[in-house]
Amino acid sequence: MALLEVKNLHTHFFAEGSVVKAVDGVSFDVEPGETLAIVGESGSGKSVTAMSILRLIPNPPGEIVDGEIRFEGQDILEMTDEQVQDLRGNKIAMIFQEPMTSLNPVLTVGRQIAEPIELHRQAPLDKALEMAKVLLRKVHIAEHDKRVSSYPHQLSGGMRQRVMIAMGMACEPKLIIADEPTTALDVTVQAQLLELLKELTREGHSSLILITHDLGVVARYADRIVVMYAGRIVEQGTARDIFERPHHPYTIGLMNSIPKLDQDTKEKLIPIPGAPPDLANVPEGCAFNPRCEFAVEKCRQQRPTLEPVAVGHYKACWVDVRS
Amino acid sequence: MADTTVAQAGVIKTRRPRGFLLDLLVRLVREKPLGAFGGVIFLALLITGVFADFIAIDKVNEIHPIDRFTPPGSEYWLGTDQLGRDIYSRMVYGARLSLIVAFSATTLSIVISVVLGLTTGFFGGRFDMLVQRFVDAWMSFPDLVILIVAVSVLGPGMWQVIFVLGLLLGIAGSRIIRGAVISVRENVYVQATESIGTPAWRVLLKHILPNVMAPIIVLFTTRLAAVILAESGLSFLGLGIPPPAPSWGGMLSIDGRSYMFQAPWLAVIPGIAITVVVYGINIFGDALRDLLDPRMRGGGMSYKGGGVKRRSAK
Repeated sequence: MALLEVKNLHTHFFAEGSVVKAVDGVSFDVEPGETLAIVGESGSGKSVTAMSILRLIPNPPGEIVDGEIRFEGQDILEMTDEQVQDLRGNKIAMIFQEPMTSLNPVLTVGRQIAEPIELHRQAPLDKALEMAKVLLRKVHIAEHDKRVSSYPHQLSGGMRQRVMIAMGMACEPKLIIADEPTTALDVTVQAQLLELLKELTREGHSSLILITHDLGVVARYADRIVVMYAGRIVEQGTARDIFERPHHPYTIGLMNSIPKLDQDTKEKLIPIPGAPPDLANVPEGCAFNPRCEFAVEKCRQQRPTLEPVAVGHYKACWVDVRS
Repeated sequence: MADTTVAQAGVIKTRRPRGFLLDLLVRLVREKPLGAFGGVIFLALLITGVFADFIAIDKVNEIHPIDRFTPPGSEYWLGTDQLGRDIYSRMVYGARLSLIVAFSATTLSIVISVVLGLTTGFFGGRFDMLVQRFVDAWMSFPDLVILIVAVSVLGPGMWQVIFVLGLLLGIAGSRIIRGAVISVRENVYVQATESIGTPAWRVLLKHILPNVMAPIIVLFTTRLAAVILAESGLSFLGLGIPPPAPSWGGMLSIDGRSYMFQAPWLAVIPGIAITVVVYGINIFGDALRDLLDPRMRGGGMSYKGGGVKRRSAK
């Protein structure tokens, strides 16, 4: 059985008479121990999907209007607030995208790492702080004994994100959701952090949902990939499928826009024309059709459904692009 | 990574941050000399009030009928009033009275402000709507009207004054705390705490409250001055602390006004005291606000910037 099953998730935002369909019918599974990457550009609904899993959508204006999110067989959307609180930070942890602002500036990092332990393991503060030291060592922070009493502003961005990871790992969660964990960090630090995340998830046999727009990261760390566009999944498959045999024009566009090391420097990158649609006003038919070079009449009228193209590989497109 | 971490650790070791209060004190003297002057006035008031029994010469209402209306001089430093009471001693005890009223009413007002401000700002929604409309209605009455009505219902007396002033300023101040809470609530770290399953009350007390301490401290100092002024005003109108208690406001109006031409020092001395103390506490509070506001600090942007460590201390 899959660890997490998201079925037909719809998360909408209601603002001044218009409805923003940030997530509009998304379904995917996460198997135990696997790393699933959700990729897409800004505004494609990646983060909202992640927040929906933990029911962290601010309401109002947001609301999960339809769908099911089953974690270990239980529907999170049916749970009471207490049950969800018990899940958060305990079975499912979330790592936020901005290490600069996701730590409380007036509390020491030790206190913040200790918090989930206090809450979910009912440990007294001194015990929890001891565990915080162990966790700091696990995320390779030098002088972890002293660092527990540091404040966030005394740490670098990379170290803060390590602290965030330590916080997430504190209760050995089954599922970790990392929402663009490496944006705002420099490239070498990014690689170290992803390596660390991978290492820790392997050790704890946890699953990882990696939300990112960096395809280089995805290629290296993900087992399976979900490509999102305008609140829907356009293609889904193993990392190998997506990189070697992309089927959706959007995925193909993404692949063409990545610079390659062995590429001739005179060769230009091919951008995807246009801009992502306004989510309050998504085009008829396939949301990608105005930007798609393969679009046919059907694409402007009917919305494509997610259909298998091979075992475990799905796409939502009317056109057989590869032929 | 190991190298950079060690290097950064070295920086921290050599630049050990001073204690928060000491750091504040140094910056107060260095950056805000006028504020430091206000602080000295406040400190002087504090010492006078606390050690009034040792500083005053006479007891509170001791009279020397023969020496009525003695002008300031070597025997009675600040003169005597119509009953022959030593003004100097009464001023000293008056400082104590002002302090008791100021601290009690201010503390009460801050508690009310914090409770109202935290809950309405954090939970928002319909609860916030209801409470805020009540606050609107409350604030639409002039303060003095509420004070006069309340004192005439409750009767004059020190505790009544404390209660009414505390309530009055507390409800008005809740707006300031509410605003601060709303801006803190929107930070990612609040969401991050919620994402580890922290219950709401704990988010409120452990994460939001420490982050709004700066406005609370500033509110406290400005409220102190406001209360001293309001108490003097009430006593002047005869609605405050009834005689013979040595309230500065009462001394100014009851004794001072009646004998203004005969013995001008009766009015001048409490008047000067009220002015100096209110001014001093206000500029002290002002300086504190500037020093505690992160936007006014050198490294105010230290929570942003990509992967670069910055220090706020110079």
